[in-house]
Amino acid sequence: MSIFEYAPAPESRAIVDIKASCGLFVNGEFVDGHGTPFKTVNPATEEVLAEVAEANDADVDAAVKAARRAYDKVWGPMPGRERAKYLYRIARILQERAREISVLETIDNGKPIKESRDVDVPTAAAFFFYYAGWADKLEHSGYGSTPLGVAGQVIPWNFPLLMLAWKIAPALACGNTVVLKPAETTPLTALLFAEICQQADLPPGVVNIITGAGATGETLVGHPDVDKVAFTGSTGVGKAIARTVAGSSKKVTLELGGKAANIVFDDAPIDQAIEGIVNGIFFNQGHVCCAGSRLLVQESIADEVLTRLKRRMSTLRLGDPLDKNTDVGAINSAAQLARIHELSDIGEAEVGTGDGAGRWSPECELPSTGFWFPPTIFTGVSQAHRIAREEIFGPVLSVLTFRTPSEAVEKANNTPYGLSAGVWTDKGSRILDIAGRLRAGVVWANTFNKFDPTSPFGGYKESGYGREGGRHGLAAYLKGADA
Amino acid sequence: MSTRIDVRKTYKLFIGGAFPRSESGYSYVVNDSKGAFVANAALASRKDARDAVGAARKAQSGWAGRTAYNRAQILYRVAEVMEDRRPQFVQAVQQSEGLSGSKAERVVDEAVDRWVWYAGWADKLTQVVGNANPVAGPFFNLSTPEPTGVVAVLAPERSSLLGLVSVLAPVIVSGNTAVVVSSYSRPLPAVNLAEVLATSDVPGGVVNILTGKAATVAPWLAAHMDVNAIDLGGVAGDPVLATELEVAAADNLKRVRRAPAAEPDWSAAPGLEPMTAFLETKTVWHPMGV
Repeated sequence: MSIFEYAPAPESRAIVDIKASCGLFVNGEFVDGHGTPFKTVNPATEEVLAEVAEANDADVDAAVKAARRAYDKVWGPMPGRERAKYLYRIARILQERAREISVLETIDNGKPIKESRDVDVPTAAAFFFYYAGWADKLEHSGYGSTPLGVAGQVIPWNFPLLMLAWKIAPALACGNTVVLKPAETTPLTALLFAEICQQADLPPGVVNIITGAGATGETLVGHPDVDKVAFTGSTGVGKAIARTVAGSSKKVTLELGGKAANIVFDDAPIDQAIEGIVNGIFFNQGHVCCAGSRLLVQESIADEVLTRLKRRMSTLRLGDPLDKNTDVGAINSAAQLARIHELSDIGEAEVGTGDGAGRWSPECELPSTGFWFPPTIFTGVSQAHRIAREEIFGPVLSVLTFRTPSEAVEKANNTPYGLSAGVWTDKGSRILDIAGRLRAGVVWANTFNKFDPTSPFGGYKESGYGREGGRHGLAAYLKGADA
Repeated sequence: MSTRIDVRKTYKLFIGGAFPRSESGYSYVVNDSKGAFVANAALASRKDARDAVGAARKAQSGWAGRTAYNRAQILYRVAEVMEDRRPQFVQAVQQSEGLSGSKAERVVDEAVDRWVWYAGWADKLTQVVGNANPVAGPFFNLSTPEPTGVVAVLAPERSSLLGLVSVLAPVIVSGNTAVVVSSYSRPLPAVNLAEVLATSDVPGGVVNILTGKAATVAPWLAAHMDVNAIDLGGVAGDPVLATELEVAAADNLKRVRRAPAAEPDWSAAPGLEPMTAFLETKTVWHPMGV
C-alpha cells in the first residue's frame, strides 16, 4: 500500500431520506405497482435500502396511456419555448439538489462519491440545460421539428441518473413524452427525479418512471403504443430489442457494449497516458460501455508503461464509496461481481503465467461485506483470448502490444464492437490518421472518457445505432431524421 | 432479299467489376410489360450474393479513402456516360415499365439528373451533417460523418431505373459500397446501368448488381455478418418478408432502412435521408493548449 495513510473523509448521508417502499411514477403521481416488489441494496454494504414496486403489464400500459394523453393534450401542442422553461427548471433543481442526488446515487450504485458529485450529477444537469435550449430552436437543427410521440426508454445501472438525463432531456425537448425504466439494481435516483418533475410542476404524464427488471422492459419496448424505443445496455439485449421492433413503425436507437482499444505509441506523453489508461478502465469500476478495456501499447515502451501503470494502480484507493478520497468503489451487484470473477478466471487460465504473461492486482484489502473487485490487469493477452474479446464491464484491463501503426489499427478494429477508442501520441498527423482509420463512434486522442452534452456519442457495428448528445442526438426523437 | 437477324444481348450479373453468369447456372425469363419475351436474365443465388458481399468489402476502404472530390467526379462521370446511352435506357425503361416514349425519356432524364445531384453531395455532406461541438472544456471536438461500410440494397420493384438510381447513388456517394438486388420483374435497366458503371471509373466492387428474387437472395444478405446495413425498399408492400429481413438484420445490428407500405414517388426530391441512413458519426476529442 501507499506510504501515506489517509484519514477517512466520509460524506454525510444524513442529507438523503430514503423511503422504505417506493411506488411507480405515473401521470404525475406515485402509485402502487402490481408486480412483485423487489429490494434495492447498497452494493458497498449489502444493506437493503428500499423495497421498490415492480410494474406489471397493466402498470406499463397505464404509464404509456398517461404519456400518450400528455403528448396529445399538453406536451405535443405546447410551444417549444414553454417546454424549454420546464427543462431549464429541471436543470436548476438538479443543481440545487446536487449533493443529495450524488449521495443517493453513490449509496444505490456503489460508485465513488467524487465521481457522482463531479461527473454524474453536473453532467446530467448540463444535458437538461443543453437540450432545454434546443426546444425552441428545432427548426435550425436540420431535422425538422416534428416529435415522434411516446418514447419508451430503458437504461442501465452504471450511470443511473446520467443515462436518465441522456434519454429524457432530448426526448422532452423535441416534444415527446416518455416512459422510462431504470435498472432494477439502481432505481432510486430515477424516483428522486420523479419528485424533481413534481417540484418543477411538469405536467402529469410527460415523464413516467416505471421500475422493474427485464420483463418490465420487454413489455415497455413491445407496447404497441410506444413510437420510439431508446435503450442503453448490453449488445445481447439490444439485438433482442431489434428483433422485437422488427416490422413495426417504432423508431429505435441502441447504445450497446464496447471493447475499446486504448492505443499508446512510443512517443506518447507517458504521464498523461498512464492517467488516461487508469481513467479509461478504472473509472466507475470499469462499469462503462466505452471503457478502454484493451490497452494496445507499442512494444518498445511496453515494459516502461507496465511498470508505471502498476505503480499508479498501487495508489488507487478502494473502499467506502462515500469517502471523498475513494477512487474505486463497489461492484454494482452480486451478479455482476460473479461475471467479472468468471471472465477473470477464464483469463487467468488463458494467458497462463509464462513469458511475462499473467494476472496482476495491487495489494489491496477488500472490505468484508459488499461486492468488491480489485483493479486488475492481464499481460500477455492475445486477440483470441476471451478477455480481449468479451465485454467484462469491470475493473479488468487486457494488455496487448503492437509494432506498427497499421498493426495497432488492425488489432483495435478486430472486434464486433465499435463504440470508442483512445490514441496516445505526440504526433498530430498520426492522431488524425489513426483516428480516421478506427471504426469507433468516439475517439479520444490524448484524453479518455470525456463526455459533454454538446458532443455526440454512440457506436459503429454491434455497439448499436444512433447518437446521443449534441445536435445529432435530436435526430433520435424527430420524425424523418436519421440518428 | 435477306433480312438481318439482330444480335441479342446476354444479360449477366455485375460482381467485382466483372460480368459473370450466376454460379448456379440458373436464369429466368424476362417479359416486357405486355408479356412478350425479351431476355433470359441471370438468377442470382446465395453464392452470388456472398461473392458480391466479398467484392464490396474488398472495395470499401479504398472507395471511402478516395477524396470526396474524386468520388464526386466519378458520380458525375456516371451521369455523362448514361446520358451518352440515353436511347438504350429509354428503350429498356419502355420495355420494362410499359411507358410511352416521352414518359420513358422523362424518367431517364430524371435518373441522369439524379446522379448529377448526388455527385454534388460527395464533398458537401460532411459540411452539412458534421459539426464542431463547443464542449465545456479545453478540447477540440469534431463530429464527422463516415460511411457505414457495405450496404445491401433491395431496389424498388416497379421503378426499374429512376428508383434504382435513387437508392444506389445515395449509398455510394459517401463511400459505402453496395450489393444491389435489382427489380425482379424489370431487371434490364439495372443490367444496362451495370454496363455504364463498369465504364465510368467506378472501381470494381463498389457497386455489385444481382438480378434475381429479393425473397430468395435478400435473407442471405440480411443475415450476412459482413454487411453493415440494408435498404429494404424493394420489399415495399410485403410486410411479412420485410419483418423477417429486419429480424435477420438484428444478428449483427445492421442499420436498416425500412420498407415503406408502398413504393414512393421517385420523382419527388430525395432530401438527405437516403444518404444519412447509411452514415456513422465519429466524434474526435483532443485537448487544447496542453
